[in-house]
Amino acid sequence: MEPIIRVENLIHTYGLNTPFCRSAVDGVNMEIYKGEFLGVIGHTGSGKSTLIQHLNGLLQPTSGTIYLGGRDIWAEPKKIRDVRFRVGLVFQYPEYQLFEETVYKDIAFGPKNMGLDEKEVDRRVRSALAFAGLGEELLDKSPFDLSGGQKRRVAIAGVIAMEPEVLILDEPSAGLDPAGRKSLLGNIRAYHRQTGATVVMVSHSMDEVAENVDRIVVLANAGVVMSGTPHEVFSRAQELIDVGLNVPQVTQVAMALARQGVEIDPAVYTVADLRRALNGLKGGRSGC
Amino acid sequence: MLKDITLGQFFPGNSLAHRLDPRTKLILTVLYIVALFCAKWFVSYALVAALLVLSVKVSGVAPKALVRGLKPVLFLICFTAVLNLLYTPGDPLVSFWIFKITKQGISTAFFMVLRIMMLIMGTFLLTYTTSPIALTDGLETLLGPLKKLKAPVHELSMMMSIALRFIPLLIEETDKIMSAQKARGADFESGNLLQRAKALVPILVPLFISAFRRADELAVAMECRCYHGGEGRTKLHVLQYAARDYGVLLVYGAVLAGVLALAGFGL
Repeated sequence: MEPIIRVENLIHTYGLNTPFCRSAVDGVNMEIYKGEFLGVIGHTGSGKSTLIQHLNGLLQPTSGTIYLGGRDIWAEPKKIRDVRFRVGLVFQYPEYQLFEETVYKDIAFGPKNMGLDEKEVDRRVRSALAFAGLGEELLDKSPFDLSGGQKRRVAIAGVIAMEPEVLILDEPSAGLDPAGRKSLLGNIRAYHRQTGATVVMVSHSMDEVAENVDRIVVLANAGVVMSGTPHEVFSRAQELIDVGLNVPQVTQVAMALARQGVEIDPAVYTVADLRRALNGLKGGRSGC
Repeated sequence: MLKDITLGQFFPGNSLAHRLDPRTKLILTVLYIVALFCAKWFVSYALVAALLVLSVKVSGVAPKALVRGLKPVLFLICFTAVLNLLYTPGDPLVSFWIFKITKQGISTAFFMVLRIMMLIMGTFLLTYTTSPIALTDGLETLLGPLKKLKAPVHELSMMMSIALRFIPLLIEETDKIMSAQKARGADFESGNLLQRAKALVPILVPLFISAFRRADELAVAMECRCYHGGEGRTKLHVLQYAARDYGVLLVYGAVLAGVLALAGFGL
């Protein structure tokens, strides 16, 4: 697979030449492949948010380069807006950025900034709304009359409507209840499957990442410490725990079983996998 | 970009300037401002400037931080300089079209700029060395006598401390909202004045909403802790003057007297 985004030796230092000088991202190298669903995990302050703000050119690297489709995004600083249309970034708690009178206008903000004609904007607004799992009856409502979960979906639709090649979501499910969380992640997965776009999800919830993504990049102490498929990453459970992270709850169960002498691969990371492994132990019989 | 604004920011420290009573520091600031406005010519300005330099030295605040504080008012400073330069009557040195630059204009502009810069640096020194809580505490005590005239002194100082507390929060919030809208292709840097003003709507609407939300939450939190205004409220830390307060007051008083004397001679 070819990388759509390549990050090379990225360093970002906040407050350069002040007593508060601190490198939030220090020497990161990573690749994001076309069409994959990538999970970025790391504890609070590991540089996740700083890293993703570089991917669409909101932050300029202190040193290092970011390539989008093989081209340095800062080669022409005047065209940085085009990068932002190609790499859509949904911030944490995006519902606080809503400002228009109606849901329609708010979702249309991005596409309008791209200079699209009215017909195309209309098509994109409706398709983005559907991807975000909202009904068309909301289009004429004020975004401020919606519930918290609906607002979040409207804000996400506002970025999807730009039809970015890469969609980056920073903790999309933070602060939602379990049902809302599950349904929103289902919508994001469906979006990924149906459009074939690249999706990057930042999270510190291991369970959420384990259930959804194809590949994981683990950040700790301002750098990448691990990357690989969920199976590869979660089989290095001890290292994850050492950098202040954890493994999914399912993996914890499997690890505890393995410690007690049950012959099971501790690197299972979804409920379905664990069930299959346990059934396998019972000699292929199904049911409990 | 917005993070460069240091208005109302407090740098913790343990210098003499940090340890002074906030009431003393407020009085000192008033004395300093009066001295600055009475200064007439180089000699008296030099005296006030020496006082400022001494105070900065004692406070341990980096001079760079003070100079950075001037950035947001750069426009105001330039504007004042140009106005004074062009509109002060006197002996013309150069004249073109309807403008005349006079000798008096040059000196007025120069001193005006100096005065504004020193004024801002001096008052910033106050907020850099005094925590917002100490500052409002001092203000409330100093204005205490006005309570007899039914002035809402406590309420005013509470409002001020809340406002000061919220400035960094709102700046951070603005930064976040700006980034989020930029991610959707908002453009704040190009276009004519009208387009730029319009481009602010996507920032201001969310900012106001969040400010109201925060205000609401704060009000509820305060009521939950039985806040009911200043009536019968006692203080955890009661302010008390120390010997150092009188000493520093004496120094500032002497400088003010010196400036007044010098100004009397037109220096």
